[in-house]
Amino acid sequence: MAYPANVAQVQLDKITKQFDGVTAVEDIDLEIADREFMILLGPSGCGKSTLLRMIAGLEDPTEGTVTIGGRVVNDILPKDRDVAMVFQSYALYPHKTVQANIEFPLKVRGIDKVERAKAAQVAADSLGLGEYMQRKPGALSGGQRQRVALARAIVRNPAVFCMDEPLSNLDAKLRGETRAELIALHQRLESTFIYVTHDQVEAMTMGSRIAVMSRGHIEQVGTPQQVYDRPASVFIAQFVGTPPMNILPAGSVEPGEHLVGVRPEHLRITADGPISMVVTLVEQLGHELLVTGMVGESRVVVREAAHAAMPAIGSTVHLDAEVAMRHRFSALTERRIDV
Amino acid sequence: MSKRVGRPAARRWRDFGLAVAMLAPSGVILGMFVIYPLVKAIFLGRQRCGVTSCRTTSWHQYVDAFRSNEFQDALIVTIKYALITVPIGLALGVGLAVLADKYIKGVGIFRTIFSSTVATSVAVASVMWFFLLNPNVGVIADWLGGTAKTPGFLQDPGTALWAVSASSIWANLGFTFIVVTAGLQSVPKDLYESAYVDGANGFTRFTNVTLPMISPVLLFVTVVLTARAFEGFGEIDLLTEGGPKAKTTTLTYLAYGRGLPTSGDDGLRATVTVLLFFVLLVLALIQFRGLEKRVHYGN
Amino acid sequence: MATSSSGLPAIDQIRGGRKFGRYVFLTVTAAIVLFPIYVMIVGALKPGSKVLDQPLLPNHLTFGTLSDAWHDGKLGRALVNSAIVSIIVTLAQLITSVLAAYAFVFLRFPGRTIVFALFLATLLVPLEATLTVNRRTMQSFGWINSYQGLAVPFLATAFGIFMIRQVFLTIPKEMREAASMDGLGHIGFLREVAVPLSRPTIGALALFAFLTSWNQYLWPVLITTDEDYNTVQTGLKALKSAGIGQPNLVIAGTVIVALPIFVMLISFQRQLVRGLTAGAVKG
Repeated sequence: MAYPANVAQVQLDKITKQFDGVTAVEDIDLEIADREFMILLGPSGCGKSTLLRMIAGLEDPTEGTVTIGGRVVNDILPKDRDVAMVFQSYALYPHKTVQANIEFPLKVRGIDKVERAKAAQVAADSLGLGEYMQRKPGALSGGQRQRVALARAIVRNPAVFCMDEPLSNLDAKLRGETRAELIALHQRLESTFIYVTHDQVEAMTMGSRIAVMSRGHIEQVGTPQQVYDRPASVFIAQFVGTPPMNILPAGSVEPGEHLVGVRPEHLRITADGPISMVVTLVEQLGHELLVTGMVGESRVVVREAAHAAMPAIGSTVHLDAEVAMRHRFSALTERRIDV
Repeated sequence: MSKRVGRPAARRWRDFGLAVAMLAPSGVILGMFVIYPLVKAIFLGRQRCGVTSCRTTSWHQYVDAFRSNEFQDALIVTIKYALITVPIGLALGVGLAVLADKYIKGVGIFRTIFSSTVATSVAVASVMWFFLLNPNVGVIADWLGGTAKTPGFLQDPGTALWAVSASSIWANLGFTFIVVTAGLQSVPKDLYESAYVDGANGFTRFTNVTLPMISPVLLFVTVVLTARAFEGFGEIDLLTEGGPKAKTTTLTYLAYGRGLPTSGDDGLRATVTVLLFFVLLVLALIQFRGLEKRVHYGN
Repeated sequence: MATSSSGLPAIDQIRGGRKFGRYVFLTVTAAIVLFPIYVMIVGALKPGSKVLDQPLLPNHLTFGTLSDAWHDGKLGRALVNSAIVSIIVTLAQLITSVLAAYAFVFLRFPGRTIVFALFLATLLVPLEATLTVNRRTMQSFGWINSYQGLAVPFLATAFGIFMIRQVFLTIPKEMREAASMDGLGHIGFLREVAVPLSRPTIGALALFAFLTSWNQYLWPVLITTDEDYNTVQTGLKALKSAGIGQPNLVIAGTVIVALPIFVMLISFQRQLVRGLTAGAVKG
């Protein structure tokens, strides 16, 4: 099942896409290594799905090139690009059985009946669908349908898997289980996974690298830890991590005109801290204490140990942040300033 | 509904009075003008009627009528008529709806044109085609010449039914086009995209996605078009009056047309129409058994 | 490098030769479909007996033929008759369908399912099977050649009941419960909630009922012998028989008869689609 190196490498160069004068994606450069699990993360409308669709071949770039396995694929049909796509809604054929659904890509390629059935059975078994082969999608649960969509993608042995928010239609518990299964699947298949989501938990737990997008641009590319530890902009700092990073007004933590970002777990309530906060909410979660308040006009959340003293609502407390844990952003561009 | 009514029986009957009041208007009309006539017609069908009175013959009248040459011929004509108009009408409607579904410049104009025939009544469409095909004054007859002029498509026994069918297909195109187009809109787009990524070309997508997903609509159109063919009267009356040589006498025309054994004889008319009713029942059964299996409903 | 040819997704792009082929086919077919209508309109604007010369692009247009058709065919009277009958039938079908549908959806009474099945069963009965007896019934009432005769058998249809019932079924049970907490009885709920919420479908039914009634042919033929009671459809038939020497006259009559419906349909396109597809797309 292993591919020769770099067959599954994807490269995007200067990709721009416009729809009727609206720019969805602008001047994107991205290199996705062979066999990596790349996440395209961002809020709705940031262009991540558009980018994915261009890789799969469902949209043509207005400008720029898409390269897969060293080959420029702009003019090549999806079926010849060796990519498979899993849609958010799964796009299963409701009138076909599970088996027929899984076999369909092979049927289109003219593979004979016996071969098809064997390949479909292998794919189905690997996802635990073995006994559902004769059912129709309407008789399956959401989680099962999603696996059929995956099986249909696997059966072709593609070099690249494109997935468009595949977990968003599942309930929370199922989402957690399926995340683990997808990670296992990636390791087993050794193909490149390109995964679109707006959920930062999925991004952090599943990806080998994350490309954070906003309004048609890539704001930062890095491993989950890199994106978490050194966010390149205020947007990313607040998008990744729950509760989001606190962005404190200039001058409140340390002298200067720049904004300072500190994660809730890096703030401490101390008697002589430089930041003063008026407490508005105290939440005892059992394993930790969350204290929310206002610093000037900004809302700030502090994570304290579970048994720390609970301040009164309305009282003023003082906070400090370790110097090493302060993220500095330009007040003007909101981009990271590295000292 | 704020009163709490005690005994369960009383609660079941609580709405009864109101229900009767609300159902009465339609119930009376349907009872008097649909159910009663059908039942009465079954009995009328064993009578022969003149101007003033009716004379009962026997239930055998049904058998005799069914076996008669006129009825058998009319049955064959009706079946032929349906076999011509339904498949062609369906294929044309679906084909045009699919072609006019994509975004091409001016698709709105094409859609309006193809839908337009729904505005014509049977009388309007038939009179229209009568004059187009008329060998003396018809434009089409004039241009095509040959049989079109002598003796004329509607007058030649070999072509008359085809000519009537053409007029019917034209008139029904609007209906078929509109309904199929509506059905096409409800097919989820990502099914097409998924097939596309898997490598299916246009034709494969049509057979694997489009057709199965619009199959309920196709069944509906088939049922309606077939019913129209079997119940067609106006087009025959206005285009050919059943001729030439009874080549376009359908069952309904046999019952209500001019210069036929049934004219003026309500009893015989009833016989023929009751037989038609049973023919239609059998037809409905065939269609539902045969076609419904291949129809896929819902998701 | 490669740029997209239009803003469309790749799957919808039709390139080059296929695009041209598609256009050609659609244009040719559209021309064929439009042809009869075009010839009719031209014919209606030419003097009565000249049909074959210049059928496509006449030099000389006149409204005289239209006016003659109007008078000779007594189309004015026919239009009035059709309008009266169709309006009566439409209003009646709306009322009877809404009432019956309400009873089937919101009222509980024993035997509801059976009665509904019975009502629905009437859909199986073809119109033709009822006409002979209905005519005799009309004869016995003395309603041959009358508006009642033309309209009464069609004051209710199971199809209308089915359509309205479908849309009433989509009203959530909670709404009924909230209304009854607000003190609304059945009639009040019908008037204040059920009907307003179902307006699009009711509109579609109205259009469909009107159209079907207007276009009816066999029944008016059977129970009208007096030409004063001709509807536009039977009036057209009469004109055809009478005007055989002046084909353009009859053609003009056809255009006049077809016109009101064309206008109506252009104004109410969406309702029409709804009405036509009511049976096709399962809820």
